Parts: sequence; C-alpha cells; structure tokens
Amino acid sequence: MERDARVCVMGEDVGHYGGSYKVTKDLANKYGDLRVLDTPIAENSFTGMAIGAAMTGLRPIVEGMNMGFLLLAFNQISNNCGMLHYTSGGQFTIPVVIRGPGGVGRQLGAEHSQRLESYFQSIPGIQMVACSTPYNAKGLMKAAIRSENPVILFEHVLLYNLKERIPDEEYVLNLEEAEMVRPGEHITILTYSRMRYHVMQAAKTLVNKGYDPEVIDIRSLKPFDLHTIGNSVKKTHRVLIVEECMRTGGIGASLTAAINEYFHDYLDAPVVCLSSQDVPTPYAGTLEEWTVVQPTQIVTAVEQLCR
Amino acid sequence: MALTHRSTNLLKPLSAAVPFTSSLRRLFSTDDATAITVETSVPFTGHKCDPPPRTIDTTPKELMTFFRDMATMRRMEIAADSLYKAKLIRGFCHLYDGQEAVAVGMEAAITKKDCIITAYRDHCIFLGRGGTLVEAFAELMGRRDGCSRGKGGSMHFYKKESGFYGGHGIVGAQVPLGIGLAFAQKYSKEEHVAFALYGDGAANQGQLFEALNMAALWDLPAILVCENNHYGMGTAEWRAAKSPAYYKRGDYVPGLKVDGMDAFAVKQACKFAKEHALKNGPIRLWLGSCFVGKVSFELAEKKALLDKILEMDTYRYHGHSMSDPGSTYRTRDEISGVRQERDPLERIRKLILSHDIATEKELKDIEKEIRKEVDEAIAQAKESPMPDSSELFTNVYVKGFGVQSFGADRKEVRAILP
Repeated sequence: MERDARVCVMGEDVGHYGGSYKVTKDLANKYGDLRVLDTPIAENSFTGMAIGAAMTGLRPIVEGMNMGFLLLAFNQISNNCGMLHYTSGGQFTIPVVIRGPGGVGRQLGAEHSQRLESYFQSIPGIQMVACSTPYNAKGLMKAAIRSENPVILFEHVLLYNLKERIPDEEYVLNLEEAEMVRPGEHITILTYSRMRYHVMQAAKTLVNKGYDPEVIDIRSLKPFDLHTIGNSVKKTHRVLIVEECMRTGGIGASLTAAINEYFHDYLDAPVVCLSSQDVPTPYAGTLEEWTVVQPTQIVTAVEQLCR
Repeated sequence: MALTHRSTNLLKPLSAAVPFTSSLRRLFSTDDATAITVETSVPFTGHKCDPPPRTIDTTPKELMTFFRDMATMRRMEIAADSLYKAKLIRGFCHLYDGQEAVAVGMEAAITKKDCIITAYRDHCIFLGRGGTLVEAFAELMGRRDGCSRGKGGSMHFYKKESGFYGGHGIVGAQVPLGIGLAFAQKYSKEEHVAFALYGDGAANQGQLFEALNMAALWDLPAILVCENNHYGMGTAEWRAAKSPAYYKRGDYVPGLKVDGMDAFAVKQACKFAKEHALKNGPIRLWLGSCFVGKVSFELAEKKALLDKILEMDTYRYHGHSMSDPGSTYRTRDEISGVRQERDPLERIRKLILSHDIATEKELKDIEKEIRKEVDEAIAQAKESPMPDSSELFTNVYVKGFGVQSFGADRKEVRAILP
C-alpha cells in the first residue's frame, strides 16, 4: 500500500476493527478510511464495486470475512472478475485480489468451514493461490497485488497464529510455482494450506518407519505447477494427494486427472487422493476431526501405496 | 427569423454549385450561437430534491446533432434487426429503438471523462460514447474488427478511452460495478461522475439496494439511472414491483423523474444530476414515458399517485430481444400509440421544422445519407474476417497465457483446434 497509491482494501470490518483475524490491523490509522474501507454486509456489491474500481485502474484487495461469504459474490467473481478481460477484447484488466480465511477451523460450524477453491477452480480468467506459511503468505500476497490478473488468495483460519522469522526486505514469490517442502525418493505427497502441517506430522512418523516421502506444497491451485509435480512423479512414481477440499469435484480431483493425463507412463500405482468427506462440517469436535484428513490416515495411505 | 431568410437565400444559388453534404454542414453545424428555448414535455418530479426547470436553451447545431445521432441509432438498430433475421447476428440481440433520447440526451450533458455503464441494451450508448458503426456491426457479427475483437458480442460492447464500461449480460450486476467506478473517481479526486444504467426489471435486484446504500454512505459521485421501459422482458412493471415508483426507492437518496422520450429533458436531468452528484453524493434518475393507449391509462393514474424517482420513462418498440415478438404482453395499439405521440426522433424533427432550421426534404435527405452510411458500415463489417483460432486463448489472462501457463515441459501449451 505504501509502494503504490492505487492499492486499497475493502471488506467488512477491515478498517477500524482491524480485520476479523487482524490481517489489516492499524492500516486504517495509517492510510485513512477511504483506502481501508469498511463496507456494509453486502458481499455481492462490494466485490462488484472492487471490480468496477479495478476497471479504471485501482488495485483493490477484497477481503471476505470468511471465504464462505464470497459465495454471495459468485456472480461478480465469475462473470465480471474472470470474464471482463476476455469479453472486452483486452481493453480492461482487473488487477483485484480476493482474499480471506477459509477451511475447517475449530468447531466453527458447517457454514463457516467451507472450502471455496473447489467452486472457483473452473472460472476462466482467475488465478488461485493458497498460502501456508508466513514466508509464502507475504511473498504470494505481494505477487497477487502486483499481478494484472484477478487472484484469489486462500488463507486458512487455523494458520493465522503461526510464527516464523521472515526477511524484512521485499520479496515476491512466483504465483504459479509449487514449493518443495521436503525432498524424498519413495513417494510424492502433494498438499496445500493447512494439510501441509498434517502431512509433515505424518512425514515424521513415516521417516521413523523408514520411508522417504517427498512433500510438495502446490501453492498454486490454478494453474497447477505441473513442471515441479511432473519432475517429482518421474522420480518417485507414486503420488498421494492430501487436501482439505471435498472428495467430489475438489482440487484433488482436478489434480488427479491432470497427473493421470500427463504422467501416466511414470506412475507405478494409481494416484490416491485423500480429501475431506462429502458432508457439511459437523459441530461436534470428534465428528469434525473425522471429516478432515488426519496424519494417521496419511501414514496408512503411504504404507499401502508403497507396498 | 434572420436565420430563416439566410437559409433560403443561401440554398437557392448554392445548391447547384456545391455538393449537397457540404452545404448542409455549412448551414447547420456552424450555427452555435442562436439560442432556442425549448420546454420539456412534462415538468420534472423530484424526490427529496428541487427539480430543475423545464425550459432549456439549445442551438440549431445541437438540434441537428441530436437528430442526426438519433436517426443513426434508429437506423442501426433496424439494420441489426434485418441482420439478425438473416442469421448474420446470432444469440441475443437487444434493440434500443424508441429509447434513443436517453443515449443522446445523456451524452450531451456530460464529457468523455465521465463514465457510463449499462446492461445488455448497449448498442446505442456505445455509439453515443464515440463508437463507430463498423465496430458495432463487426462485433455483432462476431468479426475481428469488432470493438471487443468479436469475443464479446451484442451484450459486451466496451470503449475504455471514452469511459464506456459496457455492456453486461447479468441484469443488475453492472450497478455495483458502476458504484466502483464512482469510488475510483472519488479516490482519485477527479471531478467526474459515473452513470450506472439499469432497467425496471433490474430495479428489483437486491444488489441495487446494496450499491445504493454504499454510494450514499460514502457520498460517491454515482448517478443511478433507471431506464423504465415498463417491461422486464415479458413482465409489465406493475406485475413485478410493488412500488413502481423507482425513483423513490432507497428513500434517503434524492430522485428525479424524467420523460425519457424527450432528449432535452434527459439532457437537463443529467446535467442537474451531475452537479448534484459532485456536490452531494448519489442521485437516482428515473427515465420513463407516460403510457399512451387504452390499456395503460388506469395504470398511469395508479402510477401518478406513487411516482417520484429519478426514472427515465421510456419505451422500446422492439421486444426484449430478437427472440421476443414484443406483442404477447402488450398490444400493437400501445406500441403504435407511443410511436405516434412520443417518438423521440419525431419530437426533434417537429422542433427543427417549427424553428425553420431545416426543411422536411433536408431532414429526409439526412436520413437517406445515414441509411447509406449504415449500409456501408455493414458492408465493411461483413468483409472483416472471423477472429483467428489463436484468439480463443488470448485475453484470458493478461500476457496471453494460452491453455496452461506451464505445461509438463514448461512450454506454453496451446490446444490446437480442429
């Protein structure tokens, strides 16, 4: 925001309140009420407003207080955000960033535990990225703001409290690149967002048992970084996808199809995809745990794949 | 009076010696000085604001420009009708004939730095914003020389340089975009306004109220214009809206009701609205036309008790789109009644004739000239080729990524079409 006067933020409670997860804390004091705009509860309209402003050259960042609320803005995101660059024959660019916390939290209830990446992935014209560490959150956010394309940045409710030492100076990460978390030889585990931590926990157990998993945080949900993924598959010949999306029509489903299409010759076993169950997220703690993929399930899946 | 003598004296000796078009131009386009006072057909009705006066000053040049522009728009829409029937235009084609006064009047009141955004009935507003006939027809036929390179179609006309932001298919979604345009104008501290046009059908969308709330909250220089042609596709407004007083909706925002078939009323209203929006924040315009014909008189009376929003009371002669005959939900008498009594082009023609700015024959000649222009534009547009197959993948993302930005070999993978 300091670098470019055209960057502005809009969303519910982003200004005076500092953001429901304090992401925009103190920004309103520094940049004023117009640049950090508190909107009324009207997702469809303020997303539309951001897109209209982006058409004239501003670079708004829209915050969905919870990504699930952006379902109300689906029309604006799909039709206007994604398509205007195309239907105007290139006249307008929509450099908007849509971000917010999503994913399954701690007993937040079904409607506040949604994973919208599966619904948005088909929209032509947008890019989707998911951050998972403070380091890649900063880099991806900067890249998203500077990109001329509309970018949806998926954050996770449970990852806001992570602490990490990151460089003070400016750095920008590639929006379409995956991150190699742990190189290995036996199996490729593809994951993103919070499931990365479940995978790393499982990886510790797996290493103790003698396996050598390669863990890749795919980060870019649309388009997939098939280069990094492909090289990994060529090396290990086995793929496990661990995601928080639902089984049906999720990111894992698309990724499975893409890997099968491009790297079929390199696979020694079918691609296995561990996803959340196709149920609304229940409130009870134990039930909620079973909805989402747990480290023990990951360990079992790897053992089965590597047999 | 002096003008009359001058014009008749000039015509006689010159018409033989000088080419016809240049003599026309000399007569009409130079006279910018003579003031002619015109009165709007009906006075304005204001809601929470003092309506502007009914009398407007204009010049012969402006009258002739209005005539020419509206005749061009009318001709373009009728030509589009024939092209559609000849299957050169496919899909959806929403025609604007009958409503030209709105496009022309609005344009006369503002500059190209002010923004206009509208829904799918956008051909004439595109023309008013400086779009050319060739670009319009080429886009309608899906050719490369269209304003959106053939990729948008009838509902997606845009012209960034002149502040025309489209051209939108989903009804009502353009209003939050329009508020965004106004937000950007306020952000950049420009002294310009944004006009967000929508119809009586779209007026019932929730996002309009959301947008109006935000615009009023932050004093955005937005003008919401309801082009009320009384039918949301096939549903008459009294069947769709509990309160058809569209200019009163969102009570806290001032509104103005305007006769949208009278170009000068539209011009006056838009000028007033622009000044108001720059000073006091959003305002609604309701452009409607009084009903003519037996069926609608009772409705008109009912409405008269309620009306008071910035509405552009207007009327479309064609159906909602080319697939709608336009006669199942309204009578032919009603349509021809409006055409006889309220046609915007006829109104200007009568004004021109009554002030002796041109003769009947000259106006007919202008119309013939326009017809020729439109036919030439269509011929030129027909020659434009279809877009190249590679255009399928351009402009999806900026920098034209193609199908995938990184293929398996980190080369750009472009799918090859059969």
